Order: sequence, then C-alpha cells, then structure tokens
Amino acid sequence: MENNLIYFDNNSTTPCDPRVVDTMLPWFYQNPGNAASRSHAFGWKAEEAVDYARGQVADLISVESKEIIFTSGATEANNLAIKGVFEMYARKGNHIITLTTEHKAVLDACDKVEKLGGDVTYLSVDREGLVDLKALEDAITDKTVLVSIMWANNETGVIQPMKEIGEICARKGVLFFSDATQAVGKIPVDPKATGVHLMAFTAHKMYGPKGVGALFVNRKKPRVKVVAQMDGGGHERGMRSGTLNVTGIVGFGKAAEIAKEEMEADAKRLVVLRDKLERAFEERLEEVYVNGSRTSRMPHVTNISFKHVEGEGLMMTFNENIAVSSGSACTSSSLEPSYVLIALGLGDDLAHSSIRFSLGRFTKEEEIDRAIDLVANGVTHMRDLSPIWEMYKEGVDLDSVQWQEH
Amino acid sequence: MAYSEKLLDHFKNPKNVGTLDKSKKSVGTGLVGAPECGDVMRLQIKVSEEGVIEDAKFKTFGCGSAIASSSLATEWLKGKNLDEASTIDNMDIVEELALPPVKIHCSVLAEDAIKMAIKDYREKNGQ
Repeated sequence: MENNLIYFDNNSTTPCDPRVVDTMLPWFYQNPGNAASRSHAFGWKAEEAVDYARGQVADLISVESKEIIFTSGATEANNLAIKGVFEMYARKGNHIITLTTEHKAVLDACDKVEKLGGDVTYLSVDREGLVDLKALEDAITDKTVLVSIMWANNETGVIQPMKEIGEICARKGVLFFSDATQAVGKIPVDPKATGVHLMAFTAHKMYGPKGVGALFVNRKKPRVKVVAQMDGGGHERGMRSGTLNVTGIVGFGKAAEIAKEEMEADAKRLVVLRDKLERAFEERLEEVYVNGSRTSRMPHVTNISFKHVEGEGLMMTFNENIAVSSGSACTSSSLEPSYVLIALGLGDDLAHSSIRFSLGRFTKEEEIDRAIDLVANGVTHMRDLSPIWEMYKEGVDLDSVQWQEH
Repeated sequence: MAYSEKLLDHFKNPKNVGTLDKSKKSVGTGLVGAPECGDVMRLQIKVSEEGVIEDAKFKTFGCGSAIASSSLATEWLKGKNLDEASTIDNMDIVEELALPPVKIHCSVLAEDAIKMAIKDYREKNGQ
C-alpha cells in the first residue's frame, strides 16, 4: 500500500489483491456485456464469466454453483436472508432468534421484521462473546422459523460454536442462517458440513472488490427459498433482481480462488503476528485487557482495552502512522460505546478504551514491530494526561468516586 | 474527521499538564465527567493573594477534542482574575478550536470544569 501508513483495519475492508484487480480489468471495457443479454456474444461472454466466478465462489465454501445468489454485498445478503425467510415461511411461524452481538445489518433487519409483526429473541453472550447453547435450544419454539448467528464477530473476531448450533437447529427443524462476512476466505467455512442453510458473505473482506457479495441458499435437504426483496427482471433464480455486477463478480471469483489456495498459510502467519502484538502490549503495559475469547477466535484480529485511556484520543496519537478502529463512543455516529463489547459484560469505561487491530494478507512483521512502539508510547503518553490513571496509581477506588456525569 | 491545526497542536503539545496540591487553600479543583461517559476532565487553578490565577493545570481522560479544550482552557485562565475567568464561555472554545458539532460537549465540559474549580477555590476561602 502506498506511503508508510500501516493498515490494521482489515475487518473494515481489505485492500483488493492486485491479482484480483488484473482479473477484473478486461471486464470494464473490452467485455462490456450484460450477463442477461441472451441474443449476442457480449452477453454470452459475460454470462460465461459470471458462471465461472460463481463456481469459484461456490468452491471456496464447498457448495454448488446454483446455491450462490450474488448481491451488492453482505448487508443486502443479510437483509435478503432474514426478511426473505420471514416472508417465505410466514405460514410456519414468525419467530427469529439472533444474538445481541450481531452486525447492524442483521439487527436492523430483525428490527424491521418485528415492525412487520414478527417476534425476535435476542440472546445474550457470555464474557467470552459466545452463545449459550442451552439458552438457544430453550428459545426455539414451534413458531421459530430462523436462527441467525454470525460465524465470526467483526469487532472481536470471536467464532461461535457453529457445528453445535447447526446440530440444535437440525434437531429442532429450524433454518440456520449465518452472517459469515468476517470468516469466509480467512478460515475454512463449509456451511453444508456445519448445518448452515443460508449464509451471507462479501468480496471486500477477502481481498476482492467492494460492491459485490453473496447469499448461499441451500437447495436440497432442505430446499430453502427466500422471497426476493428486490423486484425486477428476475435475475439470480428470481431471488435477486438487478443487472449483475459482472466486473465485481469476476473479481469476487478470483478472490475466492486465491483465498482457497492461500488462506491456510495467511492464517498461520497472521496468528503469529497477532500474538506477537498482543504479547508485547501485555508485557510492556499495565492494565491491558484482551476482549472476547482468545481460543475461539479469528487468527488476524485482536480487540484490546487499554484501561484509563480513551480510544479515540489514543488513536489520535498514532493515526498518522497506523489505521485501526475503536469501540469508543467518540468514533461512532451514535455517540454510544460499542454494543458488542458492552454485551460481553465490559463496563462502558473499558469499551471506551478499546482498540481493534485487524491484520491482513499484506501485513508485514516490520509493521507489527513499529506499531508496538507507536501504540505503547501513545498509551503511556495518554496515561500521563489521564486523571483517572493518576487516581488509579494513587490507589483511589474509582467506583467510589462521585462522578459528575453530564 | 479532520481537525483544525489549533486543535491538533493543543492535542500534540498540550499546555499545562499536571497536578496542583489540592489540599492547599490557594488551589481550586474542578473534576467533571465520568469514565463511563468516555471523558473525565480535571482542571486546577492556583490563585494569588491578589485574586489572580497565576497557574492552571489539567489532566484529561478523553478524546482529542476534550484534551485540546482543557489545554486551551488552562492557557486562557492564566493571568485572569476569578470574575474574568467565570466569563469564559464554551462557545469561545468551540470557535477557537473549530470543534465539530459532535464535539461541542467537550467545550461544555471545559467550561464546567472552570466553574467548578472557581467554586471550589471560593468555598475554601469563604468567599
């Protein structure tokens, strides 16, 4: 990437792999066809390219080509799955179960379902960020049509016990949908072997382009259907109308092919770098907390709270050199600290102090070493400025202080 | 979000960071905000016998705007008498640092801290 800026925000989006860009280029100008044009060679060629890419994407997650519905991204795929199942299975029931730590695309789609007369149960997670399987099983009723649980969390990288959830859903006869945006292309994801019937994911989290994603919809045993949420020309087997983003889909396919080849090696390398980063902070600084499970976790992510330092302020000490994100309220449009971290049982103060480091395929060890120094110095600087750090050091019980909340 | 040069300068080179002895009669302390809200500001003034603020110190837990607002406040306080100091308005801070709308509360916090420090000093000295 250009300049010296270290990019540790790969959970927000990944850079498009140059090999993906090269594959996409001919599909802007040389091959301009609409994949739905049946009457000329431009259209046939585009359709062929889409079919090939569909195969590459399907192959990455070990499903059939016909089970891939291309969308504009994971947000649309999440919406299509949740609202589409709710509408399709209205005669069976109106109940959906999900987690409080899901992505907003899932939570807001569930919110819409509630407005349309549905019932949604939001299960809490434990300190590690993991679902309580017993609570899930108990929450399923004869009205439940869908369980929606993300594969890996975007903020913490925590991976849910997918196989166990799949078994519960199979036993109870309910559909299992997963937002696997953060997992696909980075760890092995096999929905069929896991009992997942629908799954959303996107290209731009796996070194592909922005603006293209997919919904996997299981075709056999059980045959799953969703009601289209976008009406039009009946593309994508009637489930998602709209001219296919041929260029993007070609890139998505290439990204999937590369991921299949390289994700194991990437993960092996990144887990070492991530652990090095984490360990360095724990050794050099006091009051450092890693948020969420450290065992059931994505290899490239760590979410750390540096206590008594506010996240946005801390980021400002190094954001000319490192790009990360924070669960601090100051970085969110809602002015509330991260609801995901709060759901893990962190106090608001620790949520305000959190920084997410998400590494990627292009992260170099030398960047980790530089980041360790820059961040550790930033934390020390901010603690020197922090009255609550001073009070903590003096042994003041911060819980007993009468704060002037505003 | 792009911040103004002045804000960035106060953030990178904060003025008057430190702690005054709060047990002294000549020192007034204002502590506002809460860790749960993501900002805590402590502002202290040292007042001469003539009633002039001869020193001001701060420590702030918060975002860049909160730190810059408190640094600026301490600069403005020095050399003022208590009545003059009481007139510092949060909107003056907003204007000086070009704070974006979502950060206006940082300036309010600084104004509250100033008022609380003055009040603390006055109470200590029976004024």
